Amino acid sequence: MEKKPQSSTEESSIFDKKVSRRNVLKTAGAGGVGMLIGASGIGGLLSLSDTTVTKGETIKDVIPFYGKHQAGITTETQNHLYFASLEVTAGSREELIQLFKDWTEAAAAMTEGKAVGDHSGNHFLPPKDTGEAAGLSPSNLTITFGVGPELFEKNGKDRFGLKGKKPKELKDLPKFPLDSLEDKWNGGDICIQACADDLQVSFHAIRNLVRIARGKAVIHWAQTGFQRTKQADSKKETPRNLFGFKDGTVNPNVQKETEMDQQVWIQSGDGADWLADGSYMVVRRVQMYIEVWDRSTLRDQENTFGRHRDSGAPLGHKNEFDKADYNKKDENGQPAIPTNAHMRLAHGDGKQQILRRAYSYADGMDPQTGSFDAGLLFICFQRNPEKQFIPMQQRLAKNDKLNEYTVHKGSAMFACLPGTQKGGYIGDTLFS
Amino acid sequence: MTTWKAPLAVLLSTSLLFGCSQSKEDASAEKEKESAPAKSVAASSKLDGVTAKYREYALGEIEAFVTSTEEFTNAVKSGDINKAKEVYGPARMHYERAEPIAEVFGDLDPKIDAREGDVPEKEWTGYHRIEKGLWIENTTKGYETYAEQLMKDVTLLRAKVETVEVTPELLITGAVDLLNEVSTSKVTGEEDRYSHTDLYDFAANVQGAEKIYQLLNPALKEKDEALSADIQKRFDNVYNLLNQHKKGDGYKLYTELTKPEVKQLSQAIDALAEPLSQIGIVTEES
Repeated sequence: MEKKPQSSTEESSIFDKKVSRRNVLKTAGAGGVGMLIGASGIGGLLSLSDTTVTKGETIKDVIPFYGKHQAGITTETQNHLYFASLEVTAGSREELIQLFKDWTEAAAAMTEGKAVGDHSGNHFLPPKDTGEAAGLSPSNLTITFGVGPELFEKNGKDRFGLKGKKPKELKDLPKFPLDSLEDKWNGGDICIQACADDLQVSFHAIRNLVRIARGKAVIHWAQTGFQRTKQADSKKETPRNLFGFKDGTVNPNVQKETEMDQQVWIQSGDGADWLADGSYMVVRRVQMYIEVWDRSTLRDQENTFGRHRDSGAPLGHKNEFDKADYNKKDENGQPAIPTNAHMRLAHGDGKQQILRRAYSYADGMDPQTGSFDAGLLFICFQRNPEKQFIPMQQRLAKNDKLNEYTVHKGSAMFACLPGTQKGGYIGDTLFS
Repeated sequence: MTTWKAPLAVLLSTSLLFGCSQSKEDASAEKEKESAPAKSVAASSKLDGVTAKYREYALGEIEAFVTSTEEFTNAVKSGDINKAKEVYGPARMHYERAEPIAEVFGDLDPKIDAREGDVPEKEWTGYHRIEKGLWIENTTKGYETYAEQLMKDVTLLRAKVETVEVTPELLITGAVDLLNEVSTSKVTGEEDRYSHTDLYDFAANVQGAEKIYQLLNPALKEKDEALSADIQKRFDNVYNLLNQHKKGDGYKLYTELTKPEVKQLSQAIDALAEPLSQIGIVTEES
């Protein structure tokens, strides 16, 4: 691969990170100057000699944790994901509320690049923060919490007095044709999505939140995810999936508030008012048979997606963002975009939209077959899954040519909670 | 067994793998250390009575271990394989309860409790060597000398533990270490890989940790009542789970546990060890 010369903007953004790193250490009280140099090496030295901290204005890689909505939904997709689905073991509602309060405090600190808890000098205690993110920039970390159907009711039991609050949309997805779901990748009482431009930063977040939850919740399943990094793709093109195709071209515009209110954010009056400003999240762990894909012809591959691999343009069109003409015929009089192509079926009549926020995953080898266990951790957000994801997936599961190359192994739905303001906690509208 | 290996392993890993860029951090860590002892010394006088009581408890367990080992080795020597198998699990429990003290002797612990592959084959002796003979070869023959040696080593251990100085630090780290033992080798079925009596060791480690908790509890309650109650609740939870796997006077075999049961036990230990790791606050001045 060709190395592009570093642009000056890139340099300055890297510089900003050093500044924030220093600032972070100071505010976290994690150590003195010697510690800073030790922890960040030459970077630390640079930041000490060449820049002054100007009250946080230079920090460009912090996504505010507090707000009307949780971050990590309409936030520009970061490079890495660590996703955890948890099972709640807490015995009481009070314990659960305390857990969300503790999580809120820790998550808010971590997204600012701060350590979890105060630094204790007592050598007979384990450190409060696990430490692997010390000295690292906040890396645009977002931490997004969601609740699953069984938190409200499990085996007919109202576990935490929440049954009456359960939105009717929040339930296991229906079984779609060809689903090959495994319990170990399904469901969960609570999900935590930690996205950041650094995988160590995302892992640190999940690790510390799971640690805080010991005795109250345990991991049910977890998955790392990646995309091409921003550094590798300075032109910010649509990312490609592991089949080599651009993925997410038709995502709604997250900059347009009205569009987000229509498609993504639950509105008051939709059903569960406590969930207003939250969003329904669908997660599917889709294993891709990449070995099989790799031996299919380019024409087959393009017909499968309905797009040109190179440009990302719809078949029979020139540019990636050309509006697809689904009536267009090829030279043989056949539809240019085949009737079973992924993009045609996903589009349907164009009425359903979802906000896709998927990541690729690569988990070593599938021990059963010796093939790669790689694929897509499909994540999408929407205001109403019954009107958005479910009808789309029903069409896809029935006819999508892509099904020859993929298998759905995991499935979960969560209601991502509304955001909260300083002093409040994530989940406060659920428990109040 | 296994923590006797730990200090060496930790030393190697920090110096070889992670050591390259950390000298400054180490230096700042040193600095913090300088200020810490002053605190703990002040607090430790309160804990003097506790350490004496723990010493008494641990010596009692080692004493019982001598007796139970005698029973075990006599059975091996007299060729009574059924008896040897029967007492193997319960006999070891005394050792597992007192592990923070028993393991102080880095030379004796491997001799008594090394598992296959922990030490070179030629040096491999002790409980697990005989365990392999009993369960894999289904014999006591040829194991009489190992029985003899084991008895000698355990007797020597008994004499040596008299000299151990029990410090508050040994208690604080010992409690969590016992549970770490459970997490890393008992709950994985690696400890008693031939007899599958891991749950005996599991239970004994938990009991040993609970003893330390009980001794420190009055001081802990003064500091943090809620933490004390939380730890007790987590101990109760572990015992509840263990009780579900009782069989007669003892426990089910590890191989009789289902995968979800193993996971549940493992997570119950995590849920207990996390708050228990905060027990070091008893060293702080109020």
